[in-house]
Amino acid sequence: MPYADLGGKNLEIDEDGFIQDPDAWDEAVAKALAETEGVADMSDEHWKVVNYLREYYLEYSMAPMIRKLCKETGFPLKKIYELFPSGPAKGACKVAGLPKPTGCV
Amino acid sequence: MTMAKFDEPGYYKHEDLLKVDYHPPRTGWMDTPVDFRPGTYIYPGKAKNLKYLDLPNPRNWAVTDEDWKLQENWKEIVLDGMAERLRRYRTFRLFMDICVRCGACADKCHFFIGGGDPKNMPVLRAELLRSIYRKDFTALGKILGKIAGARELTYDVIKEWFYYFYQCTECRRCSVFCPYGIDTAEITMMGRELLGLLGLYVNWAIEPVANCFRTGNHLGIPPHGLLDTLEFMVDDIEEATGIKVDIPMNKKGAEVLFVTPSGDYVAEPGIQTCMSYMILFNEIGLDYTWSTYASEGGNFGLFTSHEMIKRLNAKIYAEAKRLGVKWILGGECGHMWRTMHQYMNTVNGPPDFLEVPKSPFTGTVFENARSAKIVHIMEFTADLIKHGKLKLDPSRNDHIRVTFHDSCNTARGMGILEEPRYVMKSVCNNFFEMPENTIREQTFCCGGGAGLGTDENMEMRLRGGLPRGSAVKYVQEKYGVNQLAAMCAIDRATLITVCDYWAPGVKVTGISELVANAMILKGEKKRTKNLRLETIPGAEEEDTAQGNIEHLETIEGMHTTKGGSSNE
Repeated sequence: MPYADLGGKNLEIDEDGFIQDPDAWDEAVAKALAETEGVADMSDEHWKVVNYLREYYLEYSMAPMIRKLCKETGFPLKKIYELFPSGPAKGACKVAGLPKPTGCV
Repeated sequence: MTMAKFDEPGYYKHEDLLKVDYHPPRTGWMDTPVDFRPGTYIYPGKAKNLKYLDLPNPRNWAVTDEDWKLQENWKEIVLDGMAERLRRYRTFRLFMDICVRCGACADKCHFFIGGGDPKNMPVLRAELLRSIYRKDFTALGKILGKIAGARELTYDVIKEWFYYFYQCTECRRCSVFCPYGIDTAEITMMGRELLGLLGLYVNWAIEPVANCFRTGNHLGIPPHGLLDTLEFMVDDIEEATGIKVDIPMNKKGAEVLFVTPSGDYVAEPGIQTCMSYMILFNEIGLDYTWSTYASEGGNFGLFTSHEMIKRLNAKIYAEAKRLGVKWILGGECGHMWRTMHQYMNTVNGPPDFLEVPKSPFTGTVFENARSAKIVHIMEFTADLIKHGKLKLDPSRNDHIRVTFHDSCNTARGMGILEEPRYVMKSVCNNFFEMPENTIREQTFCCGGGAGLGTDENMEMRLRGGLPRGSAVKYVQEKYGVNQLAAMCAIDRATLITVCDYWAPGVKVTGISELVANAMILKGEKKRTKNLRLETIPGAEEEDTAQGNIEHLETIEGMHTTKGGSSNE
């Protein structure tokens, strides 16, 4: 898999641009990942989503269901798509350094 | 708006996909190499997943690389593997030998119909493997070579196998039409097993397998994550119904172990399907348990190898034994049914330590589950309704005009054809069938089963989804159908894309969700919201169910089965 320079680090990413080592994530990496998602500036609202996903992942080793993400951040799904055009899984989760979900999803 | 990429439906123009070219290429099939076009192939299995499962040749590689980093003696590995499987599986040898290339299967495959690539005619897809069999395992092929349809095993053949055996969803529609009953899914499975010997997997299948082996489910959800997820659903259930349901977890001595595909934990509308199971079990007072060890009903091992079927399936039965349950109830899953009823007894051995499933509420003995000891939720629910055990108000679903997608594995694999229809007709007043040659045994695949439901495979998913999508479009235009129900988590995930693309406006639902929305629960509050927490049309203004009906008839005027009004 390819490597990419993200926030001053040279990190392994998969074909969809997800980082492979969740522990390598930091704010600078998040900003760099956001740029790959067409998000030039991470606003407070972006951080709210990313930080929630990050914290949930660190506690539960998984992404929260989208419904829960919306409820906990107070953002309807439409808003999440406005913030991260690729959506909660392929956009927001990527920026938060989570792995890509697989299976019957 | 950014430009859509090849892994997004918006990248593909309808008129382009509808222009299917059925002319074969000028070159013969043996001389036409694979064209790995983005959108038509799946990313390779990552080294970490192969390592986790002790599979051979773990390394990271790309499909478009010239060198796939195979073992030096790759050819020997494949031929030895083939010889071993020909000895071990009589079906494999039979299916290699008996095809007369009549072509009855040729135009039955959704990928051929929607894509036009001749190597997706099931007969030719099988021929990719059969030609090697002839060359190395039959006297005629050894002597006559190409004239006898035999060819040398080359690096390009391996690449071709990888491409086309992951352009088959193992749906078995072609097998229905085969006069010899050749099960093409079995051929694809053998092809994938042989590729696996070289460390060639797709990540969309092998990562769920690795996850399931590690955590008990495809998504890698750990025990506390599962509990947190179900607890969240409990809150939503309470908001919609006013009822607080229990989550029995890892409960020893429960009568029933419940397992469902993990898509039901996180992906809408699987979540609502999952909430609906909980509502049903709570209402009838089923003595059941979830398990954090066996937290997956699906089995992506089926899309990988027989060995993987065995390794993943063993968990469910080990847990059933540990917990001391009497039998197992399965959620709305498709391929679980093929695994349980058609492979388990051979690969894991019959679960004789369990009892023949018997409904504690109706006394019905599920004779069809006498061997596997597992009952599908639709069989269970249909039996409850038949015996009048559920209080139902179908008019709550009157704003829904629903059709049913038979999932390949429950329909063709297990013949569960009537139960879902009986349930749906009991809880919905507006049920419409798609055309006859697209349902029941002849059902068309969602286009994303067997590990193909990933976004980088978008072009093939949309092409493969064309026959199903067209049938949905037909009932949408003819009857105003606005929902498609399916009892399989892969369907619930991939048909959203298919419907949005080919029949926009039709939403996807599990069947249990329709049941739970129609169920009148003991002590429920006035139901104004459905399980998606959307307001039920009319419910906020009208006091009675009858009022709902009148209200809807007035505003929508589409309550006759013959009405031609399309939904928008």
